[in-house]
Amino acid sequence: MSWPELTDVALRVTGAFVAFLVLPLLVGQTEHKVMAHMQGRLGPMAAGGFHGWAQLIADGVKFLQKEQITPIAADKTVFRLAPVVALLPYLLIFVLLPLGPDGLVAQPLDIGLFAVLAILGVGVVGVLMAAWGSANKYSLLGGLRAAAQLLGYELPFVLAAASIALAAGTLSLAEIVTAWQPWWLAWQLPALVVFFTAGLAEIRRPPFDAPIAESELVFGYMTEYSGLRFALFLLAEYAGIVVISALTALLFLGGWRGPFDDALGGVVAAGWLLLKTFAVALAIIWLRVASPRLREDQLQRLCWLVLVPVALAQLVLTAAVIVALG
Amino acid sequence: MSRLKTPGLITGLATTARNLFRRAHTRQYPKVRPDLPPRSRGVIALLEENCTSCMLCARECPDWCIYIEAHKETVEVPGASRPRQKNVLDEFVIDFSLCMYCGICIEVCPFDALFWTPEFEYAEHDIRDLLHDKQRLRDWMPTVPAPVTTDVLGEPAPEIVAAHAAAEAEGSAR
Repeated sequence: MSWPELTDVALRVTGAFVAFLVLPLLVGQTEHKVMAHMQGRLGPMAAGGFHGWAQLIADGVKFLQKEQITPIAADKTVFRLAPVVALLPYLLIFVLLPLGPDGLVAQPLDIGLFAVLAILGVGVVGVLMAAWGSANKYSLLGGLRAAAQLLGYELPFVLAAASIALAAGTLSLAEIVTAWQPWWLAWQLPALVVFFTAGLAEIRRPPFDAPIAESELVFGYMTEYSGLRFALFLLAEYAGIVVISALTALLFLGGWRGPFDDALGGVVAAGWLLLKTFAVALAIIWLRVASPRLREDQLQRLCWLVLVPVALAQLVLTAAVIVALG
Repeated sequence: MSRLKTPGLITGLATTARNLFRRAHTRQYPKVRPDLPPRSRGVIALLEENCTSCMLCARECPDWCIYIEAHKETVEVPGASRPRQKNVLDEFVIDFSLCMYCGICIEVCPFDALFWTPEFEYAEHDIRDLLHDKQRLRDWMPTVPAPVTTDVLGEPAPEIVAAHAAAEAEGSAR
């Protein structure tokens, strides 16, 4: 490798890493404030002076200082590895998500969508490791719920993504955005709804947070975690929000394409993508505030009796429209 | 199932969205002083000059948190046939760790020596410091708010009725 290539790679990876560290914090802070105001509160006001902007930094410092307890009965290696396994897939996905046209991506990949969906599935392993390694009945129950939920919702999630890939005729995320047309919003609407809903379930956000369900399971598979490891799980959750929002925006909302045509530069394009991503993230936060947690059986029924049939029907519709258009 | 759930979810989304654009209810207390009504029961102030050590407050107090010490002094009034006796207040203590803020002492005081004030920031690290002595109770006096004006449509205060009746009786006697 020559020097220019090396700096290029270093720049791209650093960019993805910085985004990985900054965007989840932004979403987290937005959640703090938006959720508070939706509930008639102010949220954090002290940290950092101006409207508590530094709250999450303060939280991070606090987590760093805390003791990391490993239960005596825990399977120590598995227990310690679990947060890393839960977090790393999202970091990898950040590398694959395009930010704008013309290769504005850390690692362009022809099978980007396939790779992203495959890596997203690894998160289940982290959750199961945490659940089993903790040697705690609540953790185990939470982990089993998470496994059932993640495996179940993986299906409509992938089917909805398959529909858009079919429509665009490519698995490359960048090319899906290029092929996207505004009227697809109507054509792919069921897929969008299914993808978003299943995505919520994939990252175990309310109303699909039965694996955590603090009123029943203490804190689910995260019960025994403290200090930095717990912070890693939290970071994984917010990175998950960013990933699901960005994927929804890229696949179904036209990614970096704005209403005034695409002649504008890469920065404007990236701005559009970030705007759409944050809009979807806001919707995820909004749903958390407004909707109560689904019971375990309701959660499974929604998946198998509503989302999977809808996703399959959407797939048929997509195929029919493609054939009709020739 | 989801057909039944949807309206509730929509209502919830609408309510939370509406709330987002309303003012929050949070009072930022240590930074912003609370706006307390003038008759708030914060702490009890003592106007020592009005106290005659009659002990009514101490006797009426339901949990006996008022301690009064006084002695009698003889006052020689020039020209009077015999010396008079006068109570002198030595100590007046309210134990705010016992006080239940019923306000009976203030109600029964015949000489208007006790007052409510809205001040409430007198928490202590040591429970013994919640004993407010004569001087400390006196120091609360400047924080006593002006008496609330009576309702223009309501009945006049009994003192005013009595005063008017007396004035009229005097006028008609002349």
